[in-house]
Amino acid sequence: MTETINFRVNNKPVSLSVDEDRMLLWVLRSDLGITGVKYGCGEAMCGACTVLMDGEPVLSCQTPVKEVQGKDIITIEGIAGDEDLHPLQKAFTDHDALQCGFCTPGMVLKAYGLLLKNPRPTRDEIIQEMDENLCRCGAHKRIIQAIQTAAREMGGDKR
Amino acid sequence: MTKKEKYLETDLPEQASSLPVDRREFLKRMGALGSGIIVYFTCGDLSVLAQRRGKGGGGKRRRQTPLDFNSLLRIGEDGRVTCLTGKIEMGQGIITSLAQILADELYVSLDSVDMIMGDTDLCPYDRATVGSLTIRVFGPILWAAAAEARGVLIELAAEHLKIPVERLQTKDSFVFDKTNPSNRVSYAQLTQGKKIERHLQGKPQLKPVSEFTIVGKPHLKTDSFEKITGRTKYAGDIRLPNMLYAKILRPPAHGAILKKVNTSAAEETKGVHIVRDGDLIAVLHKYADVAEKALEKVKAEFDVPDSTIDNRTIFDHLLKVAPRGSTESRRGDIKTGENLSSTIVEETYLDPYLAHASIETHTALANMEGEKITVWASTQAPFTVKDQVAQSLGLTPDNVRVITPPVGGGFGGKGSSYQAVEAARLTKLTGRPVQVAWSRAEEFFYDTFRPAAVVKIKSGINDSGDLVLWDYNVYFAGNRGLDFDYEIPNQQWNVYGEWRRIEAGIHPFEVGPWRGPGNNTNVFARESQLDIMASKAGIDPLEFHLKHLKDQRMIGVLEAAAEKFKWTPSKTPSGRGYGLACGKDADTYVACMAEVDVNRDTGQVRVKRVVCAQDMGLVVNPQGATIHAEGCITMGLGFALSEEVIFKGRKVIDQNFDTYEIPRFSWVPEIEIVLINAQESPPHGGGKPAIICMGGVVANAVFDATGARLFQLPLTPERVKEAIMHS
Repeated sequence: MTETINFRVNNKPVSLSVDEDRMLLWVLRSDLGITGVKYGCGEAMCGACTVLMDGEPVLSCQTPVKEVQGKDIITIEGIAGDEDLHPLQKAFTDHDALQCGFCTPGMVLKAYGLLLKNPRPTRDEIIQEMDENLCRCGAHKRIIQAIQTAAREMGGDKR
Repeated sequence: MTKKEKYLETDLPEQASSLPVDRREFLKRMGALGSGIIVYFTCGDLSVLAQRRGKGGGGKRRRQTPLDFNSLLRIGEDGRVTCLTGKIEMGQGIITSLAQILADELYVSLDSVDMIMGDTDLCPYDRATVGSLTIRVFGPILWAAAAEARGVLIELAAEHLKIPVERLQTKDSFVFDKTNPSNRVSYAQLTQGKKIERHLQGKPQLKPVSEFTIVGKPHLKTDSFEKITGRTKYAGDIRLPNMLYAKILRPPAHGAILKKVNTSAAEETKGVHIVRDGDLIAVLHKYADVAEKALEKVKAEFDVPDSTIDNRTIFDHLLKVAPRGSTESRRGDIKTGENLSSTIVEETYLDPYLAHASIETHTALANMEGEKITVWASTQAPFTVKDQVAQSLGLTPDNVRVITPPVGGGFGGKGSSYQAVEAARLTKLTGRPVQVAWSRAEEFFYDTFRPAAVVKIKSGINDSGDLVLWDYNVYFAGNRGLDFDYEIPNQQWNVYGEWRRIEAGIHPFEVGPWRGPGNNTNVFARESQLDIMASKAGIDPLEFHLKHLKDQRMIGVLEAAAEKFKWTPSKTPSGRGYGLACGKDADTYVACMAEVDVNRDTGQVRVKRVVCAQDMGLVVNPQGATIHAEGCITMGLGFALSEEVIFKGRKVIDQNFDTYEIPRFSWVPEIEIVLINAQESPPHGGGKPAIICMGGVVANAVFDATGARLFQLPLTPERVKEAIMHS
């Protein structure tokens, strides 16, 4: 059913008249041209489509657009805010924690969600949280290191 | 890091209001029309290649290098250097390492180099980005071109500064007087306003390795900024005005014939376009997901071919249909070897079909205007796509331009890019730009799988534990990796069927290269068998390897790995869970050692630690090579432990990552990479070496842990459990 859906994407208000059952992934990618969010599997099995909804990582391929009514969506394009790079983006760059880069937006947003609720995760907690996100190039080792570095960088107490 | 315009053609705004620049406009932007130095270089002049390769390496390779392999570099009037290459970037990092080569040899900074890759209108012909050929074969060509460009710049500077060439030197994009460095002229000044074209003639003077400043030093990837900010436009991210997304009707099995189709229900979807052109039935819409939903309403009936082959019976089938073998190499006499043996072991190794499973599925956008078509494709072979599109649409090739945006993983699977032909046909039929992006299920269906293969080995040792017999027979994995063998007096290596270009009736679907084609299979079988013989001889596997080796490079990587791993000798099975495997791929020597834990109750294998030593010759970017080796080891855990295409007849059962499991964070071991210092040797391939060891090293470690020998990959918990029960 076509509904008007109002939400915010990367801190900008969006109002769309759209079939409310369509998935957020496709609304972002084809209606709004926000292509940093990726299709990898379409069935909640790879994490490439991960975005933040009110600070929580969600799989946009499984999120009907009606569920984002009134919500705040952050994609890779919006993670840095006014800064050049978010500490996670900087850490991924400094650790060379990507190869083809296709899974990277989903990885960064999943990690961001983790650090928002657990600013100083252990290595095991990082692995547990990231385990649903797939990377075929095999950058896992460096992604873990990048998340650890970003956590230190972002940690309020700078332990 | 600064944002660089590396992919001008695809650097479109999200809601594109204009079409990509055409070639003329592009050249104008590049400052190449009417100014700049253009240096053409071809493989016809490979004297420098031989020079850099040093002794021994050049001969064979030179014959194999196609002579129409070209590339081109340009020094703009702004002093920036552009490398135009038919090679493509898919995560392997050549966007960085090729730029390093160019920058170093030309004496410019790395960040003044722009890479234009895989654009068939702008870049010279290249067969494909496959086979770990970029650095070892294209690299030296680029070196030569850069050296030549530098020679031209010095000649120009001699005229400009009125100083003899011998007194001039280059540094940081300047040519200067050695006796008075302040008397200098920049590359930009030299090229400004001049039109100069010089072809390579004779031997350019290459920089000695000892003077490298950028090559051989670790560099971070130069394309991270775009990728980490979501700005990189992969093929599926390019938007053109009025574009449509197509979903195509697919058969339930390979070889299925369409009997009946009814599209009327799909046509009821608002804004949908249905196209039928022979075998191609597509549903198109301005939203990709709406097209997909509409396709689900298409009703179709197919005749599905009868076939009883499945992933369990395939091996018997392969042995039955195998063509006559060819003998790759032979030494001594097999009968003599049998007579000399006190222990003979005959085993059969099985390896299944594997999927490439890049996270980016095959994707293309095509736009036809008049007789001209532009295709943006995720492909490893843009020039092949160009020919295929031209042929399919009945166009002359010069009307087809293929642009390769950064590719989201390839591993050999995007050497075949039929989605580009589909998009091309659909743009022609609809008159609008059309994107075809395969779903994950389509990706698993149309993948050019790594072929299933069988290896049969008979080997024997004498009473002193010396290998005296080796009879190796490989079916459908081909000869890759067989350019290395052990010191065994009586041996033969027979190859039955290649891993590609195979006639119908053998494989149930398409097969093709998969990261280290065939070598993964060959190393798994050879190194497992060697490990069995070491165990029979009661000799530590490392000692057993060294006992049968004279090749110093292989000895070198084994010793380097052992030192880092802290390998201590023991007979196997020792219970420690240590394994060892080595091999050779694309002239690179590699040795891996692994430590595993095996849960004897569940059969679950946990790889705890992998050490890998590689002798790759000259390493252009040690950082990139290390990352690549880490990637190989991580990806290789998949074919060692879980990956296996499940199929029934010609129907592929796997449709997503739930049944086809690829490695995850929780699988990743501690990984350490050792790169042998061999900077004076020619560069060898870096794309695959470590992955070829993964089947063998894990299987051998599982044996060391449990005493159970596995002859079939992957080492699933069920297989491991069963092997433990029977050991």
